[in-house]
Amino acid sequence: MNRLRRSVVALLTLAIARPLAALAAWNKEAFSAKTPGDALKSLGIADAAPSKDLHIEAPEIAENGAVVPIEITSAIPGTTALIVLLEKNPFPLAARFDFKEGALPFVKLNVKMAETADVRVLAEAGGKHYFAKQEIKVTIGGCGG
Amino acid sequence: MAAGPMKMRTSLGTGFTDVRVLMTHPMETGLRKDADGKVVPLHFIQNLTVKVNGKTVIDAEISQAVSRNPVFSFRLKGGAAGDKIEVSWLDNHGESNAIEGAVA
Repeated sequence: MNRLRRSVVALLTLAIARPLAALAAWNKEAFSAKTPGDALKSLGIADAAPSKDLHIEAPEIAENGAVVPIEITSAIPGTTALIVLLEKNPFPLAARFDFKEGALPFVKLNVKMAETADVRVLAEAGGKHYFAKQEIKVTIGGCGG
Repeated sequence: MAAGPMKMRTSLGTGFTDVRVLMTHPMETGLRKDADGKVVPLHFIQNLTVKVNGKTVIDAEISQAVSRNPVFSFRLKGGAAGDKIEVSWLDNHGESNAIEGAVA
């Protein structure tokens, strides 16, 4: 009886621990990539088409590279993910957002930028990828000290 | 600076709900040096989850490029007063925090 109970508990623990570990997935390879191209490769994105339905709202000039606000809205039907790349940062991939049923493909965040560069945003929709870019001029870089 | 409390604000729009959340976190890049010239080790939030009434609607993976004390705005489809919204994070040291609130 005790043994049975213990194995049931062990099984339950496994069943609970697994999804939690899966939830905390973090793509180390993509986030460690040093070029936007390598980051995209690690994310499994081979090619992306430019899209006017992907909107980036960000300042043209950011005086402080430590806090650069970026707002992203996708009007591409069926958008399930948004990916943010800061092209000249030491590690370009900044974020990946997965939107499930109940969320709209919109996000606003603040990022650090090392220097003047393009911010490249990708959207995933129906297994295809789309991108939009905007240059942000940075007066004081925000990655070091 | 250590990781600390969170703040959240929700507002109901027409057909959507806005969620704005603030996290207290140093978001160290591992490149910055302290006053003694020693490199401050990497310490940053890696995972972010938004749940509505217990169901995950947004899952995010982020890097050290997100600014210190991160602020995020998200937009949820529909929504009604009383909807329970929970935002949680997990960092590279295994520290975590969460905040829960109801749409007013």
